[in-house]
Order: sequence, then structure tokens, then C-alpha cells
Amino acid sequence: MAAATKETAGFDPRRRRALKELASYCAGAAAITAFLAGVSGLSRPLPAATLRPPGALPEPEFQSACVRCGLCVRACPYKTLKLAELGDGPAAGTPYFLARSVPCEMCDDIPCVKACPTGALDHALVDIEKARMGVANLVGRDTCLNMQGLRCDVCYRVCPLIDKAITLQMTHNARTSKHAIFEPVVHPDACTGCGKCEKACVLETAAIRVLPLDLARGAHDAHYKRGWEEKKKAGQELVPGIIDLPDRLPSLPGAPK
Amino acid sequence: MSKVRNPGAEARKLHGTLTASRWLIARRLSQLAFFLLFASGPWFGVWIAKGTLSSSMTFDVLPLTDPLVFLQALLAGHKPEMLAILGAAIVLAAYALINGRVYCSWVCPINPVTDLAAWARRRLDIQKGWNLKPKARYFVLAAVLAAAALTGTIAFELINPITTLYRGLLFGVSWGLLGALLIFLFDLFVARNGWCGHVCPVGAFYSLVNTTGLLRVSASGRARCDDCMDCYAVCPEMHVISPALKGEQAGVSPIIANRDCTACGRCIDVCPEQVFRFTYRFDDRVDTTTPSQKQAAGALENAA
Repeated sequence: MAAATKETAGFDPRRRRALKELASYCAGAAAITAFLAGVSGLSRPLPAATLRPPGALPEPEFQSACVRCGLCVRACPYKTLKLAELGDGPAAGTPYFLARSVPCEMCDDIPCVKACPTGALDHALVDIEKARMGVANLVGRDTCLNMQGLRCDVCYRVCPLIDKAITLQMTHNARTSKHAIFEPVVHPDACTGCGKCEKACVLETAAIRVLPLDLARGAHDAHYKRGWEEKKKAGQELVPGIIDLPDRLPSLPGAPK
Repeated sequence: MSKVRNPGAEARKLHGTLTASRWLIARRLSQLAFFLLFASGPWFGVWIAKGTLSSSMTFDVLPLTDPLVFLQALLAGHKPEMLAILGAAIVLAAYALINGRVYCSWVCPINPVTDLAAWARRRLDIQKGWNLKPKARYFVLAAVLAAAALTGTIAFELINPITTLYRGLLFGVSWGLLGALLIFLFDLFVARNGWCGHVCPVGAFYSLVNTTGLLRVSASGRARCDDCMDCYAVCPEMHVISPALKGEQAGVSPIIANRDCTACGRCIDVCPEQVFRFTYRFDDRVDTTTPSQKQAAGALENAA
């Protein structure tokens, strides 16, 4: 009798069915998780031509914060921002812009950032000149008109931070040997990545392009210290009493020994 | 035509099409109104609510954020701004007060899609199909939350058919319509009431919220029930009906207390005996005095 009860308890078909069902639902849940992890495109960098709005958190953090509501798109007075379609490159539904189509006009009040409910666009950004949507690069050094000795200067002229983010650097024109080349030089410490230079480039294929920071900029190693800056910070020699040996100059004919 | 293929026919004959469709019409108007709050801006230049159902700003003062999306952002490791915290709190409080799943039947743009699929399924007399349990949705919800935590992204928002449909219509992201189409086909051919009643993690979330809501459907006239089964045929969550409708002997309240009830009111519409009505949570009155409406109508016909 006792054995029979034990057997029934051990092989309760209802319990077995329930366990089976639970297992299959758990497996289903695991499969959905794996699928979502797959489509989230975790390690995919932002495609080179697409830029995030000002104040956007770095890409992995942005993906955790943006709820894809489109409020920044609605706030943008110039219709710069768009929500990505599947296949546009950025994660579907997240905001981006293409500098060559409509660049960022760098509004003083940064309405897109203010509109963001979650802080995916960092509300700490209050000065649009501190925005780093990307950085301009003269990728067409061989096609840029200025680099051929002409005076186009358009990218330099339209830059909202003229003479800070883009300067013209005069060098010798070796081709004619009597003219100058005014090379547009981008300064990444000032460039906001607004894209006005890329939009304005007169060439059919822009010679200057704004690229996302992670693609276009190097970075110092965290431990790297520059001696001359440390010296300035300290206000004195970092190693006191160091002997400064005389520099050995090239001995030119007729120079004093 | 079998009764199940055309539930509500009797109620329409007895009480008129308008009375027998009043909550359905109200619901369609509500869904349209919520959509127009968002669409009036991009379509007609009259800005009421900006954004989408995932997060919005109404009249530039009222922030609303989908609490499930908010929860995913938290799990993904993001500390949201005050605007989103406030928005999610408002939405959560409103649904906790009213009835969590009112979102599903009165707001969600997918509801007309799945209702259409359910209607077509009845018309075409398609069998029940894949026998998924209603509780499966909680596993889907768990999967969605796990994906957010594991990937550090709001992964479900890539494919969330609700917000993508809104985005598609409001921002011109065209593939948003694809999700709605897939759900229609899933509900039509794979599982009856498949998406809303068994799979949707948003519905699962709002079911969990639906424990305190005041708005309830009551089977207060259950004494008149003659087992025509029309309510079961139209109910997207048919497991919620029986305890209330058949609970007289067991002394169970006529209030449909199951958290899965979406308070769509379709059972109220289609019942020829008008057994059901909307009421508040604590109203467990039972109506035993009203006579059978079918018999009354029959008596009228005989007299005439």
C-alpha cells in the first residue's frame, strides 16, 4: 500500500506535465532573450556617416538610455534629426543626422537635449560649443580645392567656430613654386561635429567629412602624462636639481666652436 | 452559421446594433483619439502630444513615459533624468488607479489589429491552433527584461510592435507596419488571441500592474446567463470570465477580478441577457430581479 502511494507520488503525470511545460516556457524565454541580444547589435559601431544629436552619451550607454520616443526630433527646429529606420545603420528608432543632408545648426538653447526625457542626450550639456557630435576630417586631401592651391575656403568660412575649429594654414605650393596653399586644418579640441563644413563643401563628393568620435579620433592612454603639461601644473621642474647639459648643436661651417 | 462564428448577433437583434456595439465603438474612438493626440502635430500642425507611446510630452507640460521601457532602461544600467522618472510614475499611478490593462484595450494601436484577426478567425472558422498558456507572456516579459540587463541596451524597443507602429505612422519609419502585419498573421493562423493574450510583454507588465485598479467588469446579472457562450467567443482573455460568471454557487463575487481582464467591455456588448456591466472594484452587488430579456422579448412578440 505504502509502496503504491510512493509510486503514484513519484510518477504524478500532472506534475510531470507541469514541469515539462515550465521547462519549455523557460527555454522559450531564453530563446527570446538570445534573439533580442542578437538584434540589439551590441558591438556594432555607429556607421561612419551617421551622427548622434548633441550631448548623446557614448554609444553603448546611449543604447541603454534612449527610449526612441522621438521627442528630440520634434524639438529640432531645423528638421536635422531623424529616427533611424531598420537598415539606416543606427539602432532602429534612435535619432541621428547626416551632416551632408541637414547639419546641426547648433542652437544656443539646445532644444533637443532639453526635450530628452531620459538623459540619453546628457542634460549636463548647456553650452553647445562643448558638444562633440563627431569631428571633421579633411578626408579628401587630394581633392580639396584649397589643397590644390585654389582659394575655396568655404568650409572655413561656414564654420560656426571659425578660426577655432578650422583654421587655414599657409604652406608653400610646390606645384607652382610661387603660390601658397591654404590648408583647412581641423582642431578636434574645438570642433563640435555640427557638419556645416561637410554640408557646404562645394565638391560633389565632400572632401571634408564629420565622423563619429570613436572612428575619427585617437585617445591618450589613461596613464599617459605629458611632461611639459605636468611641469606647468606643478609650476616648477618635476625633478628638482636636474642638470641641464648644453645642447649639442650641429656644427656649421664658420659657426663659433 | 454557428453561434461562435457570429457572437453578438442575438444581442444586436434584441437591443439594436448601437447598444450591442457601444463599448466597441467607444474603444475604437478612444484608440483613435490617443493616436490623434500624437498625429495632429506631424499631420496637421496642431501639436498636442509630442513623441511616441514610449515617451511623450503633452502641451509642453505633461511628461509621460512607458514604465516598462523605463524599467528596461534602469536594468540596462542607465540612470534616467527626472523627466522620465516623473513620466513613468504618472503613467504607472494612472494605470494602478484605473486598471492596468485598460492600456491594452483602450490605447494600444495593436488592439484593432488583433481584434480584426480574431474577427476574421471566427468568420473563417479557424481552429484554436497553438495551445499556448496565457501565462507564457510572463516568460516573455522576463526574457525582455533579461535581454535589457544582459546587453545593456533597451533591446526590445528594436522590435516592439506597439512603439514601432506609432513611430512608423508618426515619423515615417515605414517598417513599423511590418510588425503589425506579422502579429495579424500570427493571431489569424498560429494562435487565437495569440499576441495580446499570450505573448505581449507589455500586456504582461500591465497585467502585473492590474491588481489595484478600480475599473472592473461585473457579471452582476449572472442569474440570467443561459450559457449562449457569446462572451467567451469575443473575450480576448476568456479564462477571466468563468470565476465571476459561474461563481454563484461557490459564493464568489461577480466582479471579474482576474488581472488579465482588459476591461474592453466587449462581453457587455454581446451578451443578449445583459449580464455584464462596468462598475468599480468593490461593487459586488448581484442583480437577481431583472427577468430574462430573451423571454421578455419573446413574450412581447407573442403578444403582438
